[in-house]
Amino acid sequence: MKTILFLLEKEFKQIFRNKALLPMLFGMPLIQLIVLPLAADYEIKNINIAVVDHDRSAFSSRLTHKIDATGYFRLTGFMDSYREGDRMIALDEADLVLEIPAKFENTLQREGVERLFLAVNAINGTKANVGASYLSRIIGDFSEELNQEKRNKGASAPSSQIIVTSSNWFNPHMNYKFFMVPGILAFLVTMIGGYMSALNIVKEKEIGTIEQINVSPIRKHHFIIGKLVPFWVIGMVVFSIGQLVVSRYIYHIIPVGSLLLLYAYLALYLVAILGFGLLVSTYTDTQQQAMSVAFFFVMIFLLMSGLFTSIDSMPEWAKVIAYLNPVTYFIEVMRGVVLKGSNWVDLQNHFLIMALFAVFFNSWALFNYRKSS
Amino acid sequence: MEEATVERGIRCTALTKTFNKGATTAIEDISFTVEPGELFGLIGPDGAGKTTLIRVLTTLYVPDIGQAVVDGLDIATEVKALRNRVGYMPGKFSLYQDLTVAENLEFFATLFNTTVQANMDLIHDIYVQIAPFRDRRAGQLSGGMKQKLALCCALIHKPTVLFLDEPTTGVDVVSRKEFWQMLAKLKKQGITILVSTPYMDEATLCDRIALIQEGRIMKIDTPQGILDAFPIRLFALKAKATYSLLCDAQAFDGTQSCFAFGEYLHLTFLDQEESTIRRFKDYLKDKKHQEVVFMEVKPSIEDCFMYLMKSEKQLKTAS
Repeated sequence: MKTILFLLEKEFKQIFRNKALLPMLFGMPLIQLIVLPLAADYEIKNINIAVVDHDRSAFSSRLTHKIDATGYFRLTGFMDSYREGDRMIALDEADLVLEIPAKFENTLQREGVERLFLAVNAINGTKANVGASYLSRIIGDFSEELNQEKRNKGASAPSSQIIVTSSNWFNPHMNYKFFMVPGILAFLVTMIGGYMSALNIVKEKEIGTIEQINVSPIRKHHFIIGKLVPFWVIGMVVFSIGQLVVSRYIYHIIPVGSLLLLYAYLALYLVAILGFGLLVSTYTDTQQQAMSVAFFFVMIFLLMSGLFTSIDSMPEWAKVIAYLNPVTYFIEVMRGVVLKGSNWVDLQNHFLIMALFAVFFNSWALFNYRKSS
Repeated sequence: MEEATVERGIRCTALTKTFNKGATTAIEDISFTVEPGELFGLIGPDGAGKTTLIRVLTTLYVPDIGQAVVDGLDIATEVKALRNRVGYMPGKFSLYQDLTVAENLEFFATLFNTTVQANMDLIHDIYVQIAPFRDRRAGQLSGGMKQKLALCCALIHKPTVLFLDEPTTGVDVVSRKEFWQMLAKLKKQGITILVSTPYMDEATLCDRIALIQEGRIMKIDTPQGILDAFPIRLFALKAKATYSLLCDAQAFDGTQSCFAFGEYLHLTFLDQEESTIRRFKDYLKDKKHQEVVFMEVKPSIEDCFMYLMKSEKQLKTAS
């Protein structure tokens, strides 16, 4: 115990003397937590639309105004020929081109049916999809309006119609920040636990001090505990700043569920992710190698964790990877507790799975850690 | 292992260590004995296997074949006890650069479950030299000071056997001298010391030396014994144009070896006949060398090393 305390003292001294590491550990995560959610915005605004109007009728201008009035679209062109619209897509000046055929109003009034043509620039897939679906909805509304007017004029009995309205549970205003911020916070804790611990141990290998440790009678688990505990503490502190300060006062996110439960899970999660860092360090000899290996896995952890994309919409093979990824569970717990108020009973399985991860990573690392080769 | 009597010092038998799954042999069939309290030198060029051998003996590497007993403890089976008694100073300065001198010492003392104070008597002479810098970060010390600190750290737990891997590489001449004086003092306290060095001139400061080349020990003896065993006559040669002299001397049909040694060339002949020497002198005259100095000299350790290396190579090519 005395040895471990002494190792911890030495480790903290070194961390606090490292002028580059300290801002990295505390500053960067907070800056990222403040900046990233602003950028990771799923609300698509400013979709550039060009309208090719062959009709120039009252109906066509009403439709154009309706599109313009929603605020999602920016009318960047209004022209007579489709070729010009095509050119605007090529120049990236338009994301969508809506072509209104000649005699649009006429045909619509006479036959009640008319076709519009919509061209989508799919280079930015998300923008194209979202834009096209917004536009379809607007056109649907427009045709409903026309029907209504027709019916009112004819004064015939209104036909029955079904209108679907949805409400968003746990995040009533669909504020994307409410689910992005807890997710990004989970990811930042992962970076600190995974990267920093791996780099710290490998640094001892690189500068050769590990040899001095290895010829001493110190036991390997004492050494490892001395290495991991500081990053466990730092992970806790960074999380606290992120959760209790940044989330609360900048994003006004107050967890619905128990903060204690969240911290209990974090404590367990950090043990697992530090085990991962330790494992990386046992397979690498230089900080550069450790950085590359850790970066590879952390990228996969990040992209396949359900942070940015829904796991339910992944293909089967990707779902398997997502559920073998510890970050997935932590993000689920974060969102569950913060947004939904999940309790211990809801999260029992998550605790069990994370405990398995912790045992798995740490025992593999411990097995692979050798004082002599 | 099978012997009941506890044997101090170092004894290793047929140690072999390979890397890359046997593709590279670092040391091969190394056997030697170091008496308790002896100052034993491993002499050889870079890449000879000195570091590997020291790492095997300090339990950092597990040998492929062979046994070794250090201070009465087997390096394979009694690792834990051994680590308490061995002092190791790696070739590369490897203390914590961001900790101060005092913190480094304290850290290594704690690793061995002891304190700096309890061992002050052993390190006192060295410690007084670095004491003025005790609050300075180790990374900011000069080369000689770093080396003294590393030695203090290696001695902090009163080891009975001390391993030093090229301790004087990259250190100035004065510090090198001081360092060997410190080693002599430690030897007086009964510590067994195994030191490796690529500097042949340091060999004479050891009690006994092993000449090591390409992972094999060529010869083990006292420095004087090695010098005395030099079997042939050695000549020193100098002239105004050194380089063309070297080329000409190597081209002479009676030459066994010729290499630069300080300002002189060191030369041996295939046979030790006076007639060959006379023939060589005439040969130099024909080549019109000026200010020629030619004399017989006593061999140094380096000459012995070169000679042994050459004859080993000839043995290899012959077989």
